[in-house]
Amino acid sequence: MIDRTVFIAGAAGEGVQTVGDVVARAFQTHGYAAFAYKEFESRIRGGRSSYRLRITETPVNAPCGTADILLAINADAGAQYRPDLHKSGWIVGSESDSGADFVIPFRSIAVEHGGEEIYANAAAAGALCAFLGLPLHPLNAALHATFDRRGAEIVAANIAVAAAGHALAETQLDSHGVSQLPYRPTRYALVNAHEAIAVSAAAVGCRFMAAYPMSPSTDIITYLTVHENLGVFTEQAEDEIAAINMALGASAAGARAMTATSGGGFALMVETVSLAGMIETPIVIVIGQRPGPATGLPTRTAQEDLLFAIRAGHGEFPRVVLAPSDPQDAIAKTRRAFDLADRYQTPVILLTDQFLADGLFSVDKSAIPDPPPSGIADPSLVASDYARYALTETGISPRLYFGQTEHPVVLDSDEHDEAGHLTEDLRFTRPAMVEKRLEKGRRLKWEMEPPETYRYDDAEVALIGWGSTRGAIAESVDRLRAAGHKAGSIHFGDLWPLPPFVFQDGIRYWTIEGNATGQLATLLTGEYGVRIEARVGRYDGLPLDAQTILKEWS
Amino acid sequence: MNTRDPYSSEAENQWCPGCPNFGIQTAVKRALRSLDLAPHQVCLVSGIGQAAKLPHYIRANVFNGLHGRALPAATGVHVANPQLKTIVTSGDGDLYGEGGNHFLHALRRNPDITVVVHNNQLYALTKGQASPTTPRGETTRLQVRGVEVDPAHMLATAVIHNCTFVARGSALDLDELADILTHAIGHRGLSLVEVVQPCITWGRHPISWYRDRLVPVPTDHDPTDRARALDLALESGDVVHVGVLFRQPERPTFAASYRTRLGDGPLAELPPIGRDVIAAQCATWGPPTTDTEASEEENG
Repeated sequence: MIDRTVFIAGAAGEGVQTVGDVVARAFQTHGYAAFAYKEFESRIRGGRSSYRLRITETPVNAPCGTADILLAINADAGAQYRPDLHKSGWIVGSESDSGADFVIPFRSIAVEHGGEEIYANAAAAGALCAFLGLPLHPLNAALHATFDRRGAEIVAANIAVAAAGHALAETQLDSHGVSQLPYRPTRYALVNAHEAIAVSAAAVGCRFMAAYPMSPSTDIITYLTVHENLGVFTEQAEDEIAAINMALGASAAGARAMTATSGGGFALMVETVSLAGMIETPIVIVIGQRPGPATGLPTRTAQEDLLFAIRAGHGEFPRVVLAPSDPQDAIAKTRRAFDLADRYQTPVILLTDQFLADGLFSVDKSAIPDPPPSGIADPSLVASDYARYALTETGISPRLYFGQTEHPVVLDSDEHDEAGHLTEDLRFTRPAMVEKRLEKGRRLKWEMEPPETYRYDDAEVALIGWGSTRGAIAESVDRLRAAGHKAGSIHFGDLWPLPPFVFQDGIRYWTIEGNATGQLATLLTGEYGVRIEARVGRYDGLPLDAQTILKEWS
Repeated sequence: MNTRDPYSSEAENQWCPGCPNFGIQTAVKRALRSLDLAPHQVCLVSGIGQAAKLPHYIRANVFNGLHGRALPAATGVHVANPQLKTIVTSGDGDLYGEGGNHFLHALRRNPDITVVVHNNQLYALTKGQASPTTPRGETTRLQVRGVEVDPAHMLATAVIHNCTFVARGSALDLDELADILTHAIGHRGLSLVEVVQPCITWGRHPISWYRDRLVPVPTDHDPTDRARALDLALESGDVVHVGVLFRQPERPTFAASYRTRLGDGPLAELPPIGRDVIAAQCATWGPPTTDTEASEEENG
């Protein structure tokens, strides 16, 4: 089984990502499953950053903490990332004094074969492909795909320089016996979770998005704005409060609407989350988590906002929290988010993180979701004295939107009567409205999907995770099984309301999370009464990987 | 003809008896009637405060949201359905204080909405604290040593930002106010009407004090004269002019370019995006299709 990891390391602005993306696409073209994760500093130029590319035959979609090859774009990068290099790994650099095992002079190759130093990264990409055993033609296809829109001359220069880098690396590799990777007929899509959310939102009928730029969530509104053929109106709001209120206003007027932010921006939105619960108007909110508190580590990853998302908002009202594990799951959960928001007339939160936002995942060709049926009431069936908050057995009232019919629609953030007008009737109306809202939450519980179990049936220890750690935990289970341990896993994607689930007795339960306190453990202990033996957390800003998890095992 | 008031609401009124807010309510109704707008064609949006309760007292669509957040909510309503007449009615504390940032950016966006600011120069519902428009030096239940900061000049801010319809009205002169509101609602783009609304419970002055100071803008006032409009907008002394202060040719309204592509109907009624469009987008995630050598390899 092929399983190789490359770290492409350099400073911000040096094209680390371009090299990585091109090589990832080359492997995709050759039928392999690429997984890429980018870690970088919160700055525009300089510093240190790495693009971590993992190549496998079938998708793993989890990072590997150590590199087989470290491609150092500048002289310092080799030294900076040497601690992450596998014992038998190689450093490939461009300077003879950089401690590199192989020296490929990227810039002089670029000048000689492309006429300009700016093609140095093509030489690096060509050399890297050779070190990984990838022939030149899938790389050429990837270069075409990346540079075609810049013109034939630039494509030709890139291809010539890449070929020269590839040839020089093959010469140097002569005695090291890197075997050529055979072509595989499999075809994976290569995508991050936020692009997947954007396209899924458009597919299921989202027509309005407002957001304030905040890493790592900004890609969603950017994608929908750039691809205007997806038909979503987008607006960069003056702040997160405006963003969510615009979206809620649009929703009240009948549009499927969303916003996206990170933990700090969501903190500003919280009052309006409560408003959406009170006026019973659908809204979908994406929270791309990053480490806090406060500004924290803006470009890093974390799973620190689980309890915040579940509890955010004053007063008591139903909401849904879903955490996708990869782009394919994000497509499905985005559809469910809009559907549940619509049918239950309440806020739904999609909890992602920087790992999902900035990672590239290999997924099978995704089914495009159909728009869920509209949650809007059939006007011919509403009463002539239409009341927006009519009390019903389910707690769900027939919802019309502004201007839909001749019935005015009245929405109020105050406690209100069935017609929507503010009331202080404490004897009947207030308790009835509280019960109405909470009844929706009770019914929502039956919409929730149980956690996914993996090799759990005969497990003696179960690793429990949620959201983006699914791949890393599954890999850990496989490695533990290979070492003779009866391990399994339980993975939660639906986090609020928690679905009905029975934790078997006699199994040791460990939670694995991207936070320091074990937020899922706290939640599960409270909701299911399960005893958690260990809370394993990673909170340095990097994603969980199997090595980190298994280190806790010994 | 139906002589019944089509805008009559069943909600119980919570204003103080005799509050000038009743005057604003009447003027809004008159304006809607003169524009022949049915209740379901109107969306009244407000924040929190006594003024923000106005939407409940007129039969129409209502979005009574959060304190300070009426403008972004109204902007969202307008984008989702530009055929609705969206009218914001809230107080000065709500729109200029808690929502001041949104006010500034609403002026930049120029959505086709009307903003009616009930300006009583204080917070009434919380029992009489200073608002952003309270004059320096005035004492209140909280500012016991007198207000120690200068008032905000939001009408002038609107003129500076080229708001294409800026007016000052009086809750004490219904005919004039109804006329201003009729023009404001009929105007395309953001129209701002700040209404002097004396507070009969917490205010420092009797109604007569206001009557003495409010005078109509001179008949020869040219509302396209920006410098003169700015002078009128900044007035706060013994003479305060009421009427249309500033009027400019209409400029592009918010979401106009999106609407050029998709028409003016409600977003809720647009057909879903074609599956072919979505499929083409997903295809960009797949491998490049130009790898001919690989296909040869595959076949060979």
